[in-house]
Amino acid sequence: MRMTKWNPTGLALAAIATTAAVALAVPSAMAQRDPAYAAARAAGQIGEQPDGYLGFATAPTPAIRALVQDLNIKRKAAYTASAQSTGSTVEQFAFTSGCNLIAKTKPGEKYQTPGGAWKTRDGSAPERDARCP
Amino acid sequence: MIMTKTGARRLATGGRCLAVMTGMSALAGCVQIDTPDKPIEINLNINIRQEVVYRLDGDAKKLIEQNSEIF
Repeated sequence: MRMTKWNPTGLALAAIATTAAVALAVPSAMAQRDPAYAAARAAGQIGEQPDGYLGFATAPTPAIRALVQDLNIKRKAAYTASAQSTGSTVEQFAFTSGCNLIAKTKPGEKYQTPGGAWKTRDGSAPERDARCP
Repeated sequence: MIMTKTGARRLATGGRCLAVMTGMSALAGCVQIDTPDKPIEINLNINIRQEVVYRLDGDAKKLIEQNSEIF
């Protein structure tokens, strides 16, 4: 967890307005994943962390690092907006989303266990935090 | 002289108080508190409680569905 954890802070605020604008422009939101993102996910290079953000299961290339940073900034902006409307903290909302995102991983995709280890999702239920619904 | 008298009175009052306290502590002597033999654990993750996660679950699912390109 410590080695690969991505810490979203400063840049996120700048992206909040941008993502809010994107969310308004695409209300149907049936948009597909970026092909590079879909490929990195399928290849197990990146995966879902319990905190609701993407992390690197293997050492990333500069392109993958940039891709993940961009997505995590957008995620943080989305979590921030939802946290405000639900009266929760960004951390709480992100964590709850992380529970769902790990549950939604498909066999072959990577996720991080509460202990910090990266695991490949198989047919069985993923190892999640005890607080996950 | 006056000073000495006051001082003596204060001392006497103090002595009485001490006697009362000694008596009380003698009575209370049967109450014993033992230190726990196991270390006290403090959960540092109290800012994310399970009930909060359950409350936010529906909204989190909605957010993920509506922004599928970033999730």
